[in-house]
Amino acid sequence: MGLKVNTKLLRQLLVGFIREEVYKVGVRKAVLGLSGGIDSALVAFLAAEALGARNVHAFVMPYRTSSPESEAHALVAAEQLGIHCQVVEITSMVEAYFSRYPDADNMRRGNKMARERMTILYDHSAALSALVLGTSNKTELLLGYGTLFGDMASALNPIGDIYKTQVWQLSEEMGVPREIIEKQPSADLWAGQTDEQELGFTYREVDELLYHMVDLRMSHEELVSNGFDAGFINTIYRKIQNSHFKRRLPVIAKVSNRTIDRDFRYSRDWGK
Amino acid sequence: MDFTVALAQIKPKLGCLAENCEMICSAVERGISEGVGLVVFPELALSGYFLRDLVPEVALRVDSPHLARLLDLSRHVDIAVGFVEASADYRFFNSALYLSEGEIRHRHRKVYLPTYGLFDEQRYFARGESLRAFDTKFARMGLLICEDMWHLSAPYVLAMDGATTLICLSSSPGRGISEDESLGSTVAWQKLTSTTAMFLNSRIIYCNRVGYEDGVNFWGGSEIVSPSGSVVARGKIFDEDYLVGVLDEGALRRERIFSPMMRDESLPITMNELRRIEKERSR
Repeated sequence: MGLKVNTKLLRQLLVGFIREEVYKVGVRKAVLGLSGGIDSALVAFLAAEALGARNVHAFVMPYRTSSPESEAHALVAAEQLGIHCQVVEITSMVEAYFSRYPDADNMRRGNKMARERMTILYDHSAALSALVLGTSNKTELLLGYGTLFGDMASALNPIGDIYKTQVWQLSEEMGVPREIIEKQPSADLWAGQTDEQELGFTYREVDELLYHMVDLRMSHEELVSNGFDAGFINTIYRKIQNSHFKRRLPVIAKVSNRTIDRDFRYSRDWGK
Repeated sequence: MDFTVALAQIKPKLGCLAENCEMICSAVERGISEGVGLVVFPELALSGYFLRDLVPEVALRVDSPHLARLLDLSRHVDIAVGFVEASADYRFFNSALYLSEGEIRHRHRKVYLPTYGLFDEQRYFARGESLRAFDTKFARMGLLICEDMWHLSAPYVLAMDGATTLICLSSSPGRGISEDESLGSTVAWQKLTSTTAMFLNSRIIYCNRVGYEDGVNFWGGSEIVSPSGSVVARGKIFDEDYLVGVLDEGALRRERIFSPMMRDESLPITMNELRRIEKERSR
């Protein structure tokens, strides 16, 4: 047991997931944002295999501070797959808004960018009769390293149960371009930003801990005796706890006998 | 006697009784046209698995029209099928029927309702209270539903009751990816069917479904396992399949001569010890 996975089996499972869950809804197509990073590139590769390249619509949505290399990588991935690809720059929309709030910090600006991109994807979802594919991996989802109703919004997420280190493994299997696999992961909100620098630990370190903590359900004592630093364990535990709201639906005040999601419980694939 | 069984490894639609009934009837008709003796379907084949609050909506009384159609078809071929059963006092069971010659030969209500991890069955279903073997024109058989198989006592009781063929209807969610060739759930089930067959010198007919419900996959891999524990036929992993295999009476006879564990099994010792344990636990 461990983080290493049989990538052929995983590929088959995730391709099947996209195909069946898209077709079930009665559509044939998917849209996704292509950032130039590995997560969205991997989802594009899975979607192209599941639905056929001509049924996948990618949107590259740079802001003026986005690295030009990101856009170039996104286009390389789209071209290799032969999927539809459009560049929709979000600078004007985001600037128009922040001209009212010039003092807004990087976090507000980053969130706004992520949500701007979400509205573009959902607009094309309606225009194309296509489902929005999510590109958040399990590491990001557990740490809350994403924007609620922004990059975390989607209809289907094929990679939400695989850690970043598993994203790397599967990307090798799928043939994602080398330059995308090998570069430093980055949210690309400002120049020189990298995930690992911002988070303060590497994905390999945190994935190893998350796997033992979440998947194997080891206690704090067991984690320590397995060589994990107690401070690191506490930091990550708090991050998971404090970001839990991002992984849940909005909380509804209960007044009736049958409240949505609490005692009104149906699967989403109800009737499908 | 030798007989041919078809395992319909289907992909039921969640909560769609009419469509699933069509799917099931066409698999039964295929079985009839190909001359098989028995067609087996997965757990909750008529309704789909993650029903949650849909349970009362898709529940059927045993005299319902959907089942009447299957009963009618059972005049030509035996059928084992899973569905949500509504009792007269409005309890709902995760049930399986064995239909033959236009009649319900046996009804099994799932005893072990998993309520852990991704499972929530005890919340929605009432628990079955019995495990009984029954006679068919082919062999004495026992019906189990998925989690029932994971309780050693359930197949044991059926085998002690004379069953030589155990039919297990399943909706097993695929999970546990690792470096292995197969998912953890696949590896575990394959060990279980083979080991149970060996322990009880009995054949196992295991029918699992495929498809996805809310992102959860069902991995298929339906099996016919001989009494020696070897796999006679195995269905596709993840994909729909229609698996046909022959259950050879000679293989059962020979295995029971080579490994007569069921002959030598001591009911009195087992009963004495279980009674003692029951008494000690109730103190």
